[in-house]
Amino acid sequence: MIQDLYSIHYNRPLTEDVWEMRICGDIHEITAPGQFLNIRLNGHFLRRPISICDWDEETAEITFLYKVVGKGTATLSQMRAGQALNVLCGLGNGFDVSKCGPRTLVIGGGVGIPPMYGLAKELLKAGKTPVVVLGFNKLAELFCVHKFRTLGVETIVSTVDGSYGVKGFVTDALPESYDYFCACGPLPMLQAVCNATTTSGLLSFEERMGCGFGACMGCSCKTKYGNKRICKDGPVLEKEEIIW
Amino acid sequence: MVDTRVTLSGIQLDNPVIPASGTFGYGREFAELYDINCLGTFSFKGTTREPRFGNPTPRIAEAPEGMLNAVGLQNPGVERVIAEELPWMKEVFHKPVMANVSGFSIDEYVQTCALLDREEQVGWLEVNISCPNVHGGGMAFGSSPQAAAEVTRAVKAVTAKPVYMKLSPNVTDIAAVARACEDAGADGVSLINTLLAMRINLRTRKPLLANITGGLSGPAVFPVALRMVYQVYEAVRIPIIGMGGVSSAEDVIEMMLAGASAVEVGAANLVNPFACRDIIDGLPEAMKEYGINSLTDIIGGAHNG
Repeated sequence: MIQDLYSIHYNRPLTEDVWEMRICGDIHEITAPGQFLNIRLNGHFLRRPISICDWDEETAEITFLYKVVGKGTATLSQMRAGQALNVLCGLGNGFDVSKCGPRTLVIGGGVGIPPMYGLAKELLKAGKTPVVVLGFNKLAELFCVHKFRTLGVETIVSTVDGSYGVKGFVTDALPESYDYFCACGPLPMLQAVCNATTTSGLLSFEERMGCGFGACMGCSCKTKYGNKRICKDGPVLEKEEIIW
Repeated sequence: MVDTRVTLSGIQLDNPVIPASGTFGYGREFAELYDINCLGTFSFKGTTREPRFGNPTPRIAEAPEGMLNAVGLQNPGVERVIAEELPWMKEVFHKPVMANVSGFSIDEYVQTCALLDREEQVGWLEVNISCPNVHGGGMAFGSSPQAAAEVTRAVKAVTAKPVYMKLSPNVTDIAAVARACEDAGADGVSLINTLLAMRINLRTRKPLLANITGGLSGPAVFPVALRMVYQVYEAVRIPIIGMGGVSSAEDVIEMMLAGASAVEVGAANLVNPFACRDIIDGLPEAMKEYGINSLTDIIGGAHNG
């Protein structure tokens, strides 16, 4: 983990309430896809944890997406290019790509989608063939789909209202053949994915955090392997250890 | 050269800065970031007789200039702390540590303190009678002078280490509770624990914390904490560890002028993991700015006479 000032390259809306920001700074502490940043914002005491979507070792850039849901993310959306952002970078365990099979399902729902982009990239780099399944509520809320397709990976999209792709949830759009899965999204989606999948897998969880680096015990959960802190021992947990 | 040293019950600290219990774990996460030997000492995670998971989540909420927590004393229990955490602390931190103890009965406080009394790395016991996030214990003992005195006497009987009673601000007269602890033999008092608080989610119209209420900490509570330290200083002769929203070297000085012999830093560690190191680094310059040669000399300096 590093605490540093990162400079904002751009900050732009992708949909009505989902924004994309690219920042530049020290990326050495990023060790796996699915790790997150904890961002300090003026006028807000606690930092805001946001998952890393993508990072570029050559340009030292980090891209992350966020949904404006409260005052903190509203403040974030008002930040402009050139401004500095105080960030704790490289938090959490992230997805262990070595655990993934040659044909791993990469499942993302809503704002759980961004970290799955970095994962898909790393899987490709490791010579694996990810199959991506993305879930949205409706066509107007789509983001990132083109980004995944540009990677050249099979990308299946579902929308709850059927306005784009498969009608229904991500679990209605799962392909038949795969040997492992990774998922990030709302809790009901994660549980449905666990029930619908037949293989082992990794799931990334969300929780309200105090510090984001394991000190405060604010985001603890019980697992079959003992108590874990979502921020430090997670956010990625194994399917087998989860207590629903 | 300015002198940042202070003394707590005969044990000298290089400086008065102490990470507060519950914001520093057992030091592991911070030792990865900086050499924690720069600290005066640290008060480790509140420890109970038995392991505790704590409260359901969400346990954390935002507040203006502060935060609420309702962790509920999650800890692995005193036996594992002694077996796994204290040996690690001994290896990494070469100063006495402060053992923070909680309980749900006087018996439990006594048993936990008796076990920690045998541990050489433990310099002081900080006995938490003020946790607002657990039921049937914690704050109940700190809510009345009589109950606080009872815990103090029971703990003092089983340990030779200095005992600091950690007091709740959620009382009518904190000075009366402090005085009762002093009369019962406490070596010092720590104050304040968090202020009982809550937030409501406007969308769901439900309390934000699963525990409904939580404890408020952070800069928002600093003036309240300062006032209570000031009042307690007038009421007792034993040393006070002051805490509540401290986030800068200037806050440390202000807390000491109110009457604190040492100062704990809590919520600040969670938003700036380097907060304690930064505060310690900033002390000499702040002391020069305010014409202070020795921090020990300014303890209670804001009081008349």
